[in-house]
Amino acid sequence: MTDIRYTKDHEYIRIDDGAVATVGISDHAQSALGDVVFVELPEIGRVLKAGEEAAVVESVKAASEIFAPASGKVVAINTALEENPAIVNEDPFGNGWFFKIELADAGELAQLLDEAAYTDYIRDLA
Amino acid sequence: MATDDLLTTPIFARHEALGARIVPFAGYALPVQYPDGILAEHRHTRQAASLFDVSHMGQATLAGPDHETTARALEACVPADILGLAPGRQRYTQLLNEQGGIIDDLMVSRSADPSSEGRLYLVVNAARKEVDFRHLALNLPAAVRLVPHPGRALLALQGPLAVEVIARFAPALREQPFMGLASARIGDIEVSATRSGYTGEDGFELSVVADRAAALWDLLLNEPEVKPAGLGARDSLRLEAGLCLYGHDINEETSPVEAGLAWSIQKRRREEGGFPGHRRILSELQNGTLRKRVGILPQGRTPAREGTAIHDSKGELVGEVTSGGFGPTVNGPIAMGYVVSDCARVGTPLGLDVRGKTIAGTVVPLPFVAHSYRR
Repeated sequence: MTDIRYTKDHEYIRIDDGAVATVGISDHAQSALGDVVFVELPEIGRVLKAGEEAAVVESVKAASEIFAPASGKVVAINTALEENPAIVNEDPFGNGWFFKIELADAGELAQLLDEAAYTDYIRDLA
Repeated sequence: MATDDLLTTPIFARHEALGARIVPFAGYALPVQYPDGILAEHRHTRQAASLFDVSHMGQATLAGPDHETTARALEACVPADILGLAPGRQRYTQLLNEQGGIIDDLMVSRSADPSSEGRLYLVVNAARKEVDFRHLALNLPAAVRLVPHPGRALLALQGPLAVEVIARFAPALREQPFMGLASARIGDIEVSATRSGYTGEDGFELSVVADRAAALWDLLLNEPEVKPAGLGARDSLRLEAGLCLYGHDINEETSPVEAGLAWSIQKRRREEGGFPGHRRILSELQNGTLRKRVGILPQGRTPAREGTAIHDSKGELVGEVTSGGFGPTVNGPIAMGYVVSDCARVGTPLGLDVRGKTIAGTVVPLPFVAHSYRR
């Protein structure tokens, strides 16, 4: 199992290798949002602080902010979402990722929810 | 979801059983979407037929001794020609305040049945029904009574195949004209059917007593062309159709002329006046308005939502988006809003402020998707 962590705002962050991590939204989040029709991604090179607004995801109904789960520099963005934002609904943990960051401090992830804690968290929301 | 203190419609248990996502809307717990999702429900409506539970809408009858008395009583509150409304026909109009602002928009129909002489049937917005009914009751002469119908439900079947489904049960409704009203039986269920809707498609709205509503829902949903659709698709469909949503595109400050609804003020009323705010409205018809409701096509993919500031090409603030989002049939962002009349001409370039960036947009004709009403 790869190391994946969640925020209470339903972003996930998954360490790819050592210092680089992939950010997206959870399956629960994509389901709650409904059909995603637009994603605004950060610029490559932008330095994000944990909790900072990093992206915007829009469903038919509304726009929602995506916050950086951890601090770091944006090193890649998923440009495929510009053409086909529905990938976020179809494959949130795979091809529906938002951006990758080079972590400033991998230790920050310890403050986030692990898989079990997140599962409990969304169960309590229901 | 805290829906405990909300009203429900007679179809509520069906929505839950279908797996709908329930949201609060105008004091009711209503389905915003079913498991297929808003995009699929929207597309199904444009291609086949969708069933909407719109029982939250306010239904009422105005009852007077004869058509002329009842029609003149309503004409004192609305700018449409109600006197000239033929039996079996329906008309769109607005309840106006003394300043010519819109208290609500509504549908008015007159039955073809001689036993309904002197009666007009009204459908008003859910969020406004208390305001409307109080306003009407205060402004009606003694000979005309307002009778609300809280015990009636309303189902809308919308889409190009709606007529095939309805005609299977009630063949006579195939030939019903757009904005026509007729009594019919669907199975053994008595309905009052109008050929109207809020999607830009051909379709029917069926008024039914509450205790037969779930049976009517089941009967129609059982037809192969029909799928359920929720409030989310209803909103994206009406936006593509360029139709106003009360409280967003029209309100007590906007006049029907500013809102582009002058087509609903017939000739006799323009000549005679005699409705609230007629001085303002007749002057606006003659001299134009300071602002107008327009369609706006944002370039690119970014939706411009309600409240988005609109600038002209020089950067001056010229208006605001009142409805905006993603148009599934257009396959891109669409919006409506008010701009100063200098900027209302089709083709005018506009700037839309979205999250601190300026998105380029253009004034376009409404609707975004051509209406497919029966003509």
